[in-house]
Amino acid sequence: MTSRANAILLAVAVLGLAATPFFAEKFYVQFFAKLLIMGIFAMSLDLLLGYTGLVSFGHAAFYGASAYTLAILTPQYQAANFWTSFPIAIAVSATLALVIGFFVVRTHGIYFIMVTLAFAQMLFFLFHDTKIAGGNDGIYIDVRPVAKIGDWQPFNLDNFVHVFYLVLVFFVIVYVLLRVILASPFGRVLVGIKANEARMRSLGFPTFRYKLVAFVIAGAIAGVAGYLSSIQFGVVNPEMMGWHLSGAVMMMVILGGMGTLTGPIIGAAVWMLLELGLQGLPKVGSVDLGKHWQLWMGSFIVLASLLLPNGLLGLGASLLRRIGKQRGKPDA
Amino acid sequence: MPEVVLATQGLTRHFGGLAAVSGVSLEAHMGQLHAVIGPNGAGKSTLINMLSGDLPPTSGRVAINGCDVTGLAAHQISRMGVGRSYQKTNVFLAFTAFENCRLAAQSRRKTSMQFFRPAVNLTEVNRSAEEALAAAGLDGRAGSVASALSHGEQRQLEIAMTLATRPKLLLLDEPLAGMGAEESASMVALLKKLVETHAILLVEHDMDAVFELADRLTVMVDGQVLASGAPAAIRANAEVQEAYLGESHE
Ligand SMILES: Nc1ncnc2c1ncn2[C@@H]1O[C@H](COP(=O)(O)OP(=O)(O)OP(=O)(O)O)[C@@H](O)[C@H]1O
Ligand SMILES: [Mg+2]
Repeated sequence: MTSRANAILLAVAVLGLAATPFFAEKFYVQFFAKLLIMGIFAMSLDLLLGYTGLVSFGHAAFYGASAYTLAILTPQYQAANFWTSFPIAIAVSATLALVIGFFVVRTHGIYFIMVTLAFAQMLFFLFHDTKIAGGNDGIYIDVRPVAKIGDWQPFNLDNFVHVFYLVLVFFVIVYVLLRVILASPFGRVLVGIKANEARMRSLGFPTFRYKLVAFVIAGAIAGVAGYLSSIQFGVVNPEMMGWHLSGAVMMMVILGGMGTLTGPIIGAAVWMLLELGLQGLPKVGSVDLGKHWQLWMGSFIVLASLLLPNGLLGLGASLLRRIGKQRGKPDA
Repeated sequence: MPEVVLATQGLTRHFGGLAAVSGVSLEAHMGQLHAVIGPNGAGKSTLINMLSGDLPPTSGRVAINGCDVTGLAAHQISRMGVGRSYQKTNVFLAFTAFENCRLAAQSRRKTSMQFFRPAVNLTEVNRSAEEALAAAGLDGRAGSVASALSHGEQRQLEIAMTLATRPKLLLLDEPLAGMGAEESASMVALLKKLVETHAILLVEHDMDAVFELADRLTVMVDGQVLASGAPAAIRANAEVQEAYLGESHE
C-alpha cells in the first residue's frame, strides 16, 4: 500500500470518527477517544521501534510522567490551567527522555531493551512504593484543567465530547508531524540508522545524537498521550508507567505493522477492540470466558506474530497486491 | 612532492594474541594511487578499518592532512574527507540506489538536524548523489532497490556512495572483487580518472589491475610490511615473488 493511499484511508477514518459524537453513546465516544490516545502512544513508540530500530521496553515511563505532572500541578479541589499544565507536562516527559536517553541510547540490542525497562520500572516503583501522588493507589484529578483564555473558554474538558475532539485534533497533529519529520533529513537519518548504523557512522553521521533526539521526540509524544489519558479518565496511577503498558503498546505496534504510521494505529484499534470484545465474552458452563480474556488475547498475539511477520498492515498490503495482480492479468 | 594526505606510523592492531597488523607505516599522496597487496589474512582490511576509524588501533598513529586522528570515531574521520568502501558489500539493501547515494551526500551537510523540510528537496544533495551514481556508471539504475541490483552493480553502488561523500582520500577494499571482466575494466577506468583528483589507498587481489593503476605498492604478509616501493621494484623483488606473487601465479 502506498503511503498516499494510507493517508487517504486515514483521512476518511478521521472524518468518520469526527462524526461519532453526533450519534454514538457516551461509552463509545469515550472508547474512541481512548483508542485515539493509544494510537498516539503507539505512533510515538514506532518512531523508535519501527523507524530507528530502538526496541524500547520502557516507553510507558514518558506516558506516565506527563500524567503525573498534571496530577501534581493540579491543586486540590481546583483546576489546573490547560495552557500551562500541558506544555509543562510535555516538557517533563521530554526532559526525562533526554536524561534516560543519554544513558540508554549508547547501548545496543538486548541491553537496550533491558535498560529501558529498568529505568521505567525505577519510576514505577518510585510512585508505587512512596507516598508521592497517592502511592500505589494513584491519585484522582478531581477537577479537570480549565482551558480559559481571558474570559473565553474554547473548550471544556468536563465535557466528554470536547475531550474527544481535543484528542482527535492531537491525533491528527501527531500523525502529520511524524509524517513531516520522517520525510525530513533527520527522518532519513533515522531510517538509515535502523537499516545499518555502522554504515551510517562511516558515512559521517554521528548516530548517537540522532538516536537521542528521536528518543526525546518519542518521549514527548508519549507525554501527549499520557496527558490526554489523564484528563479523559481523571485518574493517574503507577500502572501508567508499568511494564504491562510498555509491553502492550509494543504489541500494538508489532501487531499493526512497524515502520509505518498506519500500522500502530491499526494495532492500537485492533488491540482495544479485542480487549473490549474478549472481556465481554459470556460464561460457558462453569468457565467465565470473559474473565480469562488475557489468555485469549495472548493466544491471538502469538498466532498473529507467527503468521503475520509484517503485521496486519502487511497482511492487508499483500492481499491488495494479490487482488491487483489478478485484475492486472489479461483476460482474467 | 605531492601533498601527503594520509600518513601512518607503526600502526598495530591485536585481536587477542593475534597481531593482525603490526608496525605498518605508509603514506598516501594526492593524485597518486597506493596499492596494498598481500595474501588472505595479511591484515589489509584491518589496516583500512583502522584508517577509517571503524577499529581503534592497539598502537601507532594515523594522520590525515597532517592532523593526528588516532582514536577518532568513524564519523569524525569521514567528515575530514575520508571515504571508504567495504570488501563485503555494505549498502542499504532496502533503499534505492539513489537513496543510498542521497543519504551519503546528505552526510556532507553541516547537520541533518532538520525536521520540517522534505529531504528530497535538498537540491545540492540530490546533485551530488546523481553525479556519484553517474561516475560509478549506475545512472541508469538510480530508481532500483539495491537488493535488486546485480553483484557487480552493488559493488559499483558501494563506490558511488563513497564518492557521494566527496572525499579527498579514498580507502577502497577490493572494489573489483566479484566483478565481471567488463565491470572490472570500467572500474579500473573510473579509478584512473579518480586518482587525478584524489589520494587513493587501494587493497586489491587483481594483480593486472594493481600493476596498471598503482603509483606505489606495499606488500603485507602476516600483518607486516614485507616490501614497499615503486611497482617495478616490487615486481623484481625476490622476497615478494616467493612470499606472494609467485604463489598466486603458479
Ligand atoms: N574482528 C576480528 N576479530 C578477530 N580476528 C580478526 C578480526 N578481523 C580480522 N581478524 C583476523 O585478522 C587477520 C587479518 O584479517 P584481515 O581481514 O585484515 O585480512 P585481509 O588481508 O583483509 O584478508 P583478505 O584478503 O582475505 O580480505 C586474520 O587472521 C583475521 O582472521
Ligand atoms: Mg580483506
